[in-house]
Amino acid sequence: MPRIFAYVVHNSGVPDDTAAEMPAAARRIDPGQSPVAIVTGWGAELDQVCESLRATYGEIWKIAREPLAHPNAELVRQALVRVVPAGSIVLVPHAHFGTDLSPGLAIKLDAAYVPDVVDMEGVEGRWLKAVRQEFGGLIWARVRCDISTGAVLNIRPGAFRAADGAAANGRVVDRSADVGTLESRRRYLETIAAESGDIDITREPVLVSVGRGIGEQENIAVAEDLAEAMGAAVSCSRPVVDAKWMDKSRQVGSSGKTVRPKVYIACGISGSFQHLAGLKGNPFLVAINKNLKAPIFRVADVGIVDDILEFLPAMAERVREETAVGGKTRRKS
Amino acid sequence: MGSIAQATYWTIHGSSLVLALHLLGLTLFGYIAARRLGPLLAARRDPRLDRPWQRLGRVAQYWLGQWRHPRFRFAGALHILIFAGFLILAGRAFKLLALGVSDRFAGEGGGWYGAVHAYAATAVLLAMIAAAARRLVLRPARYPRSADAIFLLGLIALLMAADGVFEGSEGAFEHRAMALASLPWLVGAVFAHASLPVLRGLHTGAYFVHEGAFIGLLCYRPFGIQFHVETSLFSIYFSKLDRGTVKPVRWDIPDEHLDSADGFGVKRFEDFTWKHILDFYSCADCGRCADFCPAHAVGRPLAPRTLTIKARDYVFRRYPVFQSAQDGQALVGGLFTEDEIWSCTTCGACEAECPLLIEYIDKIVDLRRGLVDDGRAPQSLHKPLKALESRGNPFGKLERKRGEWARDVVTNGSRPLETLYFADSISSYDERMQAIARAAARILARLQQDFGILGAQERDSGHDVRRFGEETLFQALREHNTEAIRASGARRIVTADPHAFNALRHDYRDLPPVEHISQVLARAVEQGKIRFRPAGEAVYTYHDPCYLGRHNGLYEEPRRVLDAIPGLRRVEMARARDRSFCCGGGGLALFYEPKEKERMAVRRVRMAAEAGANVMVTACPFCMANIEDAIKVAGMEGRMEAIDLAELAERQMEPEAKVPEPEITQAKVVGS
Amino acid sequence: MDILVCAKRVPDTAENEIEIKADGADIERDDLVYSVNEADNYAVEAALQIAACTGGKVTVVTVGGEEDEEILRREMAMGANGGVLLTDDAFRDSDGRGIAAVLKAFVETGHYDLILTGVQADDGCAQVGGMLAAMLDYPFASLVTSIEVVEGGKLKIAREVEGGNKEIHAIDLPCVLSIQTGINEPRYVGMRGIRQVASIPIPRLGAPDLACALAMTGKGNAKVQRSRYFTPPAGKAAEILEGSRDEVIEKLIDLLKAKGGLN
Repeated sequence: MPRIFAYVVHNSGVPDDTAAEMPAAARRIDPGQSPVAIVTGWGAELDQVCESLRATYGEIWKIAREPLAHPNAELVRQALVRVVPAGSIVLVPHAHFGTDLSPGLAIKLDAAYVPDVVDMEGVEGRWLKAVRQEFGGLIWARVRCDISTGAVLNIRPGAFRAADGAAANGRVVDRSADVGTLESRRRYLETIAAESGDIDITREPVLVSVGRGIGEQENIAVAEDLAEAMGAAVSCSRPVVDAKWMDKSRQVGSSGKTVRPKVYIACGISGSFQHLAGLKGNPFLVAINKNLKAPIFRVADVGIVDDILEFLPAMAERVREETAVGGKTRRKS
Repeated sequence: MGSIAQATYWTIHGSSLVLALHLLGLTLFGYIAARRLGPLLAARRDPRLDRPWQRLGRVAQYWLGQWRHPRFRFAGALHILIFAGFLILAGRAFKLLALGVSDRFAGEGGGWYGAVHAYAATAVLLAMIAAAARRLVLRPARYPRSADAIFLLGLIALLMAADGVFEGSEGAFEHRAMALASLPWLVGAVFAHASLPVLRGLHTGAYFVHEGAFIGLLCYRPFGIQFHVETSLFSIYFSKLDRGTVKPVRWDIPDEHLDSADGFGVKRFEDFTWKHILDFYSCADCGRCADFCPAHAVGRPLAPRTLTIKARDYVFRRYPVFQSAQDGQALVGGLFTEDEIWSCTTCGACEAECPLLIEYIDKIVDLRRGLVDDGRAPQSLHKPLKALESRGNPFGKLERKRGEWARDVVTNGSRPLETLYFADSISSYDERMQAIARAAARILARLQQDFGILGAQERDSGHDVRRFGEETLFQALREHNTEAIRASGARRIVTADPHAFNALRHDYRDLPPVEHISQVLARAVEQGKIRFRPAGEAVYTYHDPCYLGRHNGLYEEPRRVLDAIPGLRRVEMARARDRSFCCGGGGLALFYEPKEKERMAVRRVRMAAEAGANVMVTACPFCMANIEDAIKVAGMEGRMEAIDLAELAERQMEPEAKVPEPEITQAKVVGS
Repeated sequence: MDILVCAKRVPDTAENEIEIKADGADIERDDLVYSVNEADNYAVEAALQIAACTGGKVTVVTVGGEEDEEILRREMAMGANGGVLLTDDAFRDSDGRGIAAVLKAFVETGHYDLILTGVQADDGCAQVGGMLAAMLDYPFASLVTSIEVVEGGKLKIAREVEGGNKEIHAIDLPCVLSIQTGINEPRYVGMRGIRQVASIPIPRLGAPDLACALAMTGKGNAKVQRSRYFTPPAGKAAEILEGSRDEVIEKLIDLLKAKGGLN
C-alpha cells in the first residue's frame, strides 16, 4: 500500500476544516494508515499551523520557504514534487487552491488524478475505488483509479466526517531544505478582498436564502418580505449573483461568503456542494423547492415541496400574525 | 392702392425684386429639399407603390380627414383648426406671391373667399397664440423641446399677421367692408383714417414681411418638426398597410436567399428603409406615442418619439444641408442604447396613436436584427434562444413532452384533420397555461369539431423570436411548422394564443385559415351552439391582448362572448381596445430583464381595480402569466383574479344532456 | 497574440432530468441535445476580446469525433478564426491525462502565446488545463476571472478564491489559463452565424499527424476509468413537511421557534 500524504491548506495560522477530514478520507483508502500532513508556508503562522496539526496527524512535514508565504500553486507544486516519494497518494482539498494545484501535480508526479472525491471504497489490486458526482450532483459515478504510480486525490470538503480520535501528538519534520530553489513564471501580487455590502451575512443568525428558483429579480422582494417579517437577512446562491440580481456580498458558497447561522431557509436553491460549502456550523436547514429531487433535500433538516413564490408570501403573512400577537393565538386551519 | 409689382424700390422694379426674392427662396428650398432627399436615396429599398386606391383612401382619412387628431381633444382640435386654415390659406398665399410679380393676379379683394380666408388667417393666428401659450404657460410634459416649435409658431403667426395687415390696409384704402371681427377688419378699423403714405407703407411692408415669413417658413421647416407639413402627405400615402406583419429582412432579397445578405437588420443609418427615414422627417414630436407607450409608462428607457427625434437629429447631422457630414456615431450603443431597443414589447400602442402613421415596430425589429447579427442579444435571452434552436421551445423541455398537456383529453387516432389546434410553447409546457389549452380543446370538442394537435411535431410559432430579431431561427421554426401543418392535412387552424395566431396569420405563408378561439366562441354564441350558465357576483373587465386587438382588430368578439354570459357584469377599463395597456409582452419578453420602475402588468392590474373589476379576463397565455404574477406582486391576491376567456367560457358552458368526450387526434405527421 | 481555446461538447442537461441506463454504464443520451460546454464559451469570448485588442488569431480545438465539429463551428461563428478537430480511434475513451497529452502534441505543432480552457465541463473534472500546462511546462492559473495584457509578454490575471476575494497574479506568456464563468458576457451565436461558417473546412488531425504519446491515450491507458453511474444513496434526507400549505406553515413556525429562528 502506498504512503498517503495530506496537503493541508491554512489561513492566518489556522488549518482549514479539511485538515481534520483528510485522515478520515485516508482511512477509506487504507484503514490502517495515518496520513502524513504536508504544510507549506513561511513564518510564525506556519509554525502555529504545524503545532495545531499535531493533534490530528502523527507526522507533519513542514516546508517553510519565503516564496511560499503567498498562495501560488506553481511553487507549492515544485516543492511537493521534490519531497513526495514516487508512488505516493496525495490528498488535497478540492477547493480553489486544490483545483489550481492538483492536475499539474499529478502530471509531475506521473500519478493518477481524481478530482472532487466524495467517497472511497478501498483498494483492489492496483485500483482504488472512488465515488464522484457529475452533472451538478444529480448523478454519481464510481470510478477506479490506477494507483500503481501514485495518485493525487482531491477530496470534497465536508464529504468525510472528521473523526474525534485521541490526540495523535504528531512530530513536525522540517523538510524545507529538501525543496531546492523555487521559482515560477507566475508571481503572486495581491489579494483583493470582496467588497462588503450593507449587511454582513456572516454575522446573521437567521438567513432566508434565494437561488435560481426565484426566477427573476423582482421576485426577490418575496424573500425580502419574509426576512423582514422574521427579522432575518436575505442571502443567495451563485446564479442569483451571476444574474446580477443581488450583490456579491450576499452570496453564500465556496466562491462567496461562509456563513454560520442558526437557521438557514433555502428557497429555490438546488443545493450544489459549492453552495453548501459556504454553510458552516450545522444550522437548522429548511429547504423549500418545487422539485423533490433537488439535492438540497438530502442535506436539509426539513423540506417543503412548494412554489416559493406562493409559499413565502403566505409564510410571511403568518409570521407577521404570529409576532404581532406575541405568538399566543393560533389561526384555525 | 399702389401695385406691389409696379412700384419701384431703390431703383429696382417691383416685379423684378419680388421675382428675384421668389427665385431666391425657391432655389434655397429646392436645394434644402434635395439635400434632405439624399439619405432617402442612400437608404434600403422598400416597395410602397402597390394598392394606390387604398393609399389614397388613407390620405383622405388620415391626412385630409385628420382622423386620429380628435383622440387628443384640445391639441387635436387645435391641429384640425390650423390644418384647415392652412388648406384655405394655401391658395391665398400663392396668390399673394404671384401678385408681387404681376398685377394680373391682383383681382378683386373681398367677396366670400376674402371673408373665408380672413377668418381662416385670424383663426390660425389665434391658434398659434393658443398653441404657444400652451407650450409656454401650461408646459405639458409631452413637449420638452419647445424652442424650435415656438420659433415656428411665431413665423406662422407673423405670416398670418402680415396677411391681415396687407389685406386690412388695402381694405382701409378702398373703404371696403371686411369680414367682421377678422384680423383685416381690425387693421382696417384701426387705420381707417390713416394717411395714404401710411397705408401704402403698411401695405408694402406687410407684403414683404409676408414674403420673408413665407420663404423663412419654407426653408426653415426642413430643419425641424414643421417638416411634416411637407412630408406628412407622403408619409401617409406610403404608410404600412398590413398590420400585424413585420417587414422582411430585406425587401430586395427573398427569404430563401437571405444567406447571401451581407448583414441583417439596421447597423448603420442607411440600413433603414427610405420610408423609415421619411418617418423621421415627418415626426412632429407631438408625443402621443410616448403617452401611450407602456414601456415609457413604467420607466423603461424607451419613448418612441425620442427614438424618432434622435434619429432625425442624427440624419440632419449625418447629411447636413450646408456643412459637411460630421456624424460617425454608432447607432445602437451610441445614438440609442441597447436597453432602449430591447425595452419595446411590440404592443403597437404608439402606432395606433400616431396621427402620421409612423412605424415603430419594424424599425425596432430591424435594429434588433442588427444587434442579434452582431452577437448582441441580451444575455438573458441566450438560453431560451438556444433552447428554441435545439428543442423548439424556449424552456429547453423535451420535444416528446410537448403534447402531454392533452393527455387527459386525448384519444389517439390518425386521419386527415379538419381542424388543427395549435397550442404553441407556453400553453404546451407551462402547467398553468396548459389549463387554457385544455379549456380551448374542450370547447372545440363541445362544438363537435373534428380536431387534433401536432403534439411532438409542433414547434414554437417563432412569433416573438422574429420580433426579437432572430430571423434565421424564426424561419427555421416556420419551415418546420409549415411542413407539419401541411402534412396534417388540416383545413383550418385554431389557437388560443394570440401570438401564435398572429404568427400563423401574418408571418407564415400559404396556410389554411387561422382563427383565434374567441372567434370560434363568438360564432358559436351567435349561432346558439353554446349557452352559458349565469355568472356570479364578480365584476369582470376584459383586457385586450395586443396581438388580438391592435394587431388583428379583434375587439368585439371576446366582448360578445362575455356579454352572452347571463348576468355577467362587465366594466371597461379607461384604456381598452386600441388603447389597451400591454401586460409586459409575450414570448421572449418573458425572459428579458428590463430596467423599469414597475411592471407593466402591475399597472394594468391597478387599472382593472380602478375600473371596479375584480376579475380580469384576457385571451392570451402571456397576458395570463404577466397578470397573475402582477396580482401577487401588487399584493392583490383575493381581491383580483385573472381568467382566460376560454377558461371562463368552458366553466360557464351549460352542460349538455350528454357531453361528448373530447377527442383530440394526434396528427400523424409524414416525413419526420 | 495567437490564442488557442480548448473546448468540449457536452450534453445540455439544464432543464430535463438525467436518467441512468439500466446497466449504469452511461446516462440515457437519446433525448439529450449537445452543445459547447458553458465555461468554454466564456473562454472563447475572453480570447476574442484579447485578440481584438492585441491582434492575432483565435483557434478552437477539441478532441473527439465527427459529431464534435458542431461546437467548433459554433465558436467560429462567435468569431474564432479557425477550428481543429483532433480525432483518432486511439484517442477514444482517454482520461483527462490522455486528452491533455493529445492537446500537448497539437500545441507543439504550432505557436500559441496563450491557451485557454473553460474552468470545468459539466460532465468533467476541471483537470485538462492544469495537466496540459504541466506537460508543456507552461505556467498555469485556474478560476481566472479577469485578464489584462501588460507589457513585456505578461498578463495580469485575477483568480477567484474563497470568500469572494480575488487573487491577483502576474503570469508570463506562454501560459495556460482556465476561465471561470462570469468573466465576460459571451456574445450570442445565432443560426445565421453558424450557417455562414458551415462550409469552412475544419482540419482533422489524428495520431499520425501529432507526435502524440499514445502511451497515455485510449481506454487501456486511462489511469482513471468510470465503472458505472448510479443515483445518489438516500443518506440523511430532509423530513418533508406534508399537508396543506397552511398546515405546513404552522409546522414550520413551530420548528423555527424551537430552533431559534423565530421569537
